Parts: sequence; structure tokens; C-alpha cells
Amino acid sequence: MKKSVFLGTLVATSLLAGFASASTLDDVKARGELICGSNTGLTGFGAPDATGQYMGFDADLCKAVAAAVLGDASKVKYVPTTGETRFTALASGEVDMLVRNSTWTFSRDNDLKLDFVAVNYYDGQGFMVRKDLGVSSAKELDGATICIQTGTTTELNLADFFKTNNINYTPVTIQDDAEGQRQFLAGACDAYTTDASGLAALRATLPSPADYVVLPEIISKEPLGPVVRHGDNQWGDIVRWTYYALVAAEEKGITKANIEEVAASTNDPEVKRMLGLEGDLGAMMGLDKEWAKRAIAANGNYGEIFEANIGASTPIGLARGLNAQWTQGGLQYAPPFR
Amino acid sequence: MTSATEAPKASFRLGMLIYDTRYRSITIQVIALVLLAVVLWWLRDNLVTNLADKGKDINFSFLWTRAGYDIDQQLISYTNDDTHSRALFIGLLNTLAVAFFGCILATIIGVFAGVLRLSKNWIVARLMTVYVEVFRNVPLLLWIILAYTVFTEIMPQVNDFKVTQAMIDSGTPAAASMLFDNTVAISNRGTSVPYPLLTHPLGGFEFLGIPFNFSFIAVVGLFVASIFASRGVTRRAKAVQEATGIRPVTWWKNLALIVLPTTLLFYALGLHWDVPHFNIDENGVWKGFNFVGGISIAHNFTALVIALSLYTGAYIAEAVRAGIMAVSRGQSEAAAALGLRQGRIMSLVVLPQALRVIVPPLISQYLNLTKNTTLGIAVGYLDLKGTLGGITMNQTGRELECMLLMMMIYLILSLLISAMMNVYNATTKLKER
Repeated sequence: MKKSVFLGTLVATSLLAGFASASTLDDVKARGELICGSNTGLTGFGAPDATGQYMGFDADLCKAVAAAVLGDASKVKYVPTTGETRFTALASGEVDMLVRNSTWTFSRDNDLKLDFVAVNYYDGQGFMVRKDLGVSSAKELDGATICIQTGTTTELNLADFFKTNNINYTPVTIQDDAEGQRQFLAGACDAYTTDASGLAALRATLPSPADYVVLPEIISKEPLGPVVRHGDNQWGDIVRWTYYALVAAEEKGITKANIEEVAASTNDPEVKRMLGLEGDLGAMMGLDKEWAKRAIAANGNYGEIFEANIGASTPIGLARGLNAQWTQGGLQYAPPFR
Repeated sequence: MTSATEAPKASFRLGMLIYDTRYRSITIQVIALVLLAVVLWWLRDNLVTNLADKGKDINFSFLWTRAGYDIDQQLISYTNDDTHSRALFIGLLNTLAVAFFGCILATIIGVFAGVLRLSKNWIVARLMTVYVEVFRNVPLLLWIILAYTVFTEIMPQVNDFKVTQAMIDSGTPAAASMLFDNTVAISNRGTSVPYPLLTHPLGGFEFLGIPFNFSFIAVVGLFVASIFASRGVTRRAKAVQEATGIRPVTWWKNLALIVLPTTLLFYALGLHWDVPHFNIDENGVWKGFNFVGGISIAHNFTALVIALSLYTGAYIAEAVRAGIMAVSRGQSEAAAALGLRQGRIMSLVVLPQALRVIVPPLISQYLNLTKNTTLGIAVGYLDLKGTLGGITMNQTGRELECMLLMMMIYLILSLLISAMMNVYNATTKLKER
């Protein structure tokens, strides 16, 4: 008995010893793999393809970060999260970063102790209805039944919009996009509401997209972007600047195809600094010199990623709009690499 | 004079805590208690430290801030301007509604299936075996999703009910029509049923945000009183039968006692129905997105109640079968020898004795059903898990607080159900004198 008391105390003290948490960067390097919280499946943004590999606009950002940090864009493990589980997954350390159409809001930034490090897609909430309903404006939706994904900002926007316009609706709460699509197609709701980009993605997967229209009203601002835990600023900087490297690459005309050529021939000092030919920007955030070069080489610059996954040539067919470079009248603007 | 020498008083030694059987059990219990306390303290400390590291605290003040979201099914009034605590309460009522109807339906299904499984009719008995085995051996979540999908996929769309100008011109009827003299509509959105309205309501008041409707209380109170009165009539008939051997005819008295007072009260209150309908313009064309008027019972509620009660009913059927089989065959043979018919043997002799065995497992099935209502989140039913543990938790980011609160509420709920059922159990159990 004395022995077990001793052992018991030993176990208790060792449990009490507490954990010393290493930084996310060290964790990722030690693991040799980036764990990226992704959507359970939103075509064009983050959805598994036929082989189970995650593809899409958001997934490509995970790949770029993995390329910058680990030197290999394929070293990413995707953890599918729902609207309800995503922030808990991030806060608990289950994922290193979250790239999942998450809207940057004041309370999420402050109260949830998360950091939204950039905006990779400027979006807004819209409505999709069947064409034969004869509705041309969201304000005509008085009395309509509306499908809405639970646990998102869209719920609050929807309530606010109908309140502002003094009209009524019946919400049908659903768990994920796939269920929402099924309900909407079955006619269980008159309208489906989510971010306009999500509506475009959904419409692209429908059997006859021409039978459905996305209404012109955009009822909210939805800046979507990658999220990291509050407090690990170094890791936040890495994700932020990897993203800006992709944006700056588009501005400077660096593509996946010509990156080696540009690196060999450029005279632009900013490009030289970014690609690690001059100075050592990478070291300032704990990476090597060629981090940005690898990130861009993984899937190309921001514009290439956009066009390949959700651009006008894809079934989703989104225009650049607000997401064009600032030089083209959009909002995508990378701070200087200096 | 001899005096027994007193046994030498053993001085207490530390080793006795282990080697002396008088102290050993206490020692072990004290050690176990200390270990448990240490583990709990460590868990609490871990929690507080980790929350502090993230700059978070434990704070329930979010319950009194504006919720901002809408709930499609609500038993008492709620708008998105109400607080999170009100939303919590709406969710709790939704949970209770499912649990209430689920328990009643599950009991009915379970008793029938359990009795019929012992039927001498081979087909009926086998059918019940198939029902019990199929429902017990497939996860409940799948049944809920299946029931929901069936409802939303096979029922006609709301648009199919609408009469358009083209239909009037060509004289064709709409693709789908309402049931029961155009009062009930089952679409793939829900079941629209008439809503009772009163011309002369008795009014009511609100206490702590909970509405108390005098008309409703009066109707329920009168109905319960009528039932007690009719039971009094039955008791009197029994006394007459025991005294004279002739049982007076009571069925029409009972029927009148139960139906008449409530009907008269409804008449006095001016009961009429708000029937679900479409707004119709001057040409007879149906306008709008959905039925107006009446109450719409969403399919996620119906599917949840049906799936839960079929699933739990299978377990109750087994409890009922076990209860009946626990009653010795001699009992029913004796009853048969007295000339009782099969149905009366079951209701007068077997079931009252079987209840003693049935009720304890029934309690735990009711508890299971109540806790399983949380699966309603799979079909978007906003119960307590959907409001407090879903949207509120997500919008406020107070995971720990919401989870603790939710666990506490479910614990209290389960304890209440268990307490009520234990009272009932006390009335059915063998009374030993």
C-alpha cells in the first residue's frame, strides 16, 4: 500500500507538471506537416476531388504556406470542419490555421481570441432562388422560407436584413452546404442564402444552373480570410506574408511558369528581396530565404489561383470584382516587401 | 472474586492502518478520496490556467445580450431582439416538446409491439420481431436522417398546391391538394394544421417572460376534472358490482362527462379555427410563397419524434415482453379457468403484474429518449443543443459556459423525469404487507 501511495503521488505530480507549449512554427516543423482546417466541401474553395485530395482556392493557400514553411506543398493535412466546429478546432490547437470562408468580424477577432491575418476573398451575402418563382429582388421575399446554414454570420445578417426592410421570413436551419443544396433543390425552401461566392459554387454544381438566379442584393460585407490563434504572432505573420507574397507576385507579374526566369533576370529590388536574392526577409520570421519563391511556385500567384479554381473559365465563373488587384480597381493590395 | 483481566489496550501503531482489518477499509477510502480530489483539482487548475493563457474567463453575462438569430419553431413568442437566455428557453421547450410526444408515442408503440410479439399469430409475432430487431440494430441517427429525408423528398412542394392563372383557364386542378376538407396541408416543408382562435379569450399574464394563458389553463383544468369525475363513476359502478353482482352501464355517462363540459367551454369561449390557406387574388390565382395562417409543424420535428419513438419503442417492446414473460403462466391459466377472455386476462391479470418489471427499464428508456433529442441537430431542429449549444455557442464563443450550462440542464431534466417515474413506480410495485 505504501508503494501505491507513493506511485499515486508520483503520477499526480507528473500530471501537475503542466505543458510547455512550443510555438506553432516549431510544432509544424517538428511534425513535418501543416494541419489546415478546411471546409467539409465547397466546390472551388475547398473540396476533396475524386482521389480525396483537397483542391480549391482556400486549399491552395494552405499549400502555399506548407511550401513556404516546409518546402513541400503536398505536406498538408486537411481537417474538415463545419461552421460550428471550426473555431473550436483552431482554438484547441487541432489545426494550425483555418482557411474556410470565415468572415472577419469584431467579436470573432476579439472575443474568440483569433487573428484574421488577411482577406483572401472579399465576399457578401446573397440569395439564390428558382427562376420560375419570378422574384427579382430580395425585398420581394416577404413570407418566404429561407434555408440557412447554422452557426454562421449569415444567420445574423439575414435577421438584420429582414428586420431593416420590415418583412418576414421562415428560417430553415441546416447543418452543411450539402444538406442545404438538397433541401433547396427539393423545394423545401424558396431561397438559399450564403456568401455570394458560395452561391456561385453551389449553382455551378446544380444539374441545370440556368433555372436558378442569384438575386442582385448583397446584404452584408463578408471579408473571408485565413485565421490563426491569437497570441502566436510569428505564425500569424508567416501566414499573412505568405498570402501577400502571392498577391505581390501577381502585381509584379511573377507566375508559376516564369518564376525561375524572373529570379534570374529581375532588376526590381522589391522582387529581389521577396524572392530572397537580396537581404534575408525570411529570417525575420524564422524561415529561410526562398520561402516566398516556393510559395509562389506551388500553385502560382493570387490571380492564377483565383482563375484556376473559381475564375471566369471555371464552372463557378466568379468575376474578380472586389478581388482584383488595387491597380485594377479591386481591393487586393499587398504591403511593401521591405 | 475474580475479575477478568482487561485485554491489553493495544496502542495504536501506524502499521495498523494497513494490517488491521478494522482500519484498512477506511485507509483505502481516504486514499481514494484524496486521489479523486487531486485529479479534480488538477483538472480545474488546468482549465483555469489554460483559459487565462488564452485571455479568456468564465463569464455567463452573454446570456443577457441580444441573440440576433431567428428560430423557426417556437412554442412561446421569440424574436431576434430577445436575449440568448430567452433563446435557450425556447430551445429547452423544443427539447421538452420532442421528449413529451416521443415518450407517449414510444410507450404506445412499445406496449403494442411487446404484447403482439408474444401473439400466437405467427405472422404478427414475426413482424414484431423484425420491427424490434431492425430498429434496435441500426443507429438512431440514421433513422432520424432517413425519416427527415423521406418527408422532405416524397411530400409535394408548396408550389404544387398553388392554383395558377393557366390552371384556371384550362380547368385543371393543382398538382397537390389539401387533406381533410382543405384544412391540413402536408408539403415538403412541414405539416400546416389549423390553429385554434378564441372570440372571447379569458386573457392571461406573463411571469418571468413565460406566458400563462387562462383560456388554456381553464380548458386543461376542466378536462382533467372531467376525467377524474368519470373515474369516480367507474369506481361507483365497481362498488355496485361488488355489492349486487350487476355492473351498471357506464359508458355513456363517462363519454358525456369527458366530452360535454370541455365542448361547452369551447363554445362559450367562441372557438374557431385559423385554417392554413394561400392569399388568393380577385381572379382566384393563389399568391405568395407559402401557406398563411394555421400552424406549420416542420418536418424536422415530426421526423425526430417518429424516429425517436420507433427506436425507443423497440426497446420498450422488449421491456414489455420481458415483463409479461415474468408473470407465471399459472396466472393466465387460472384466469382462463375463471372464464375470462384473452383480452381481459391481459388487461386485468397479466399487465398489472407485469408493470412491476416493466416500469424500471421504462424509466431509463424515457431518459434515453430525452437525451437522444440532441441528435435533432442533424436535421437542423433547434432544441437546447441547437440554440444554446449551437448558434449561441458559435456566436458568442463561450464554449465552456454553454457546455456546462447545457450539461446542467440535461442533468436536472433527467433527474426530474426519473423522480416522476419513481413516484409512478412506487404505485405499481409489489406492496408487501
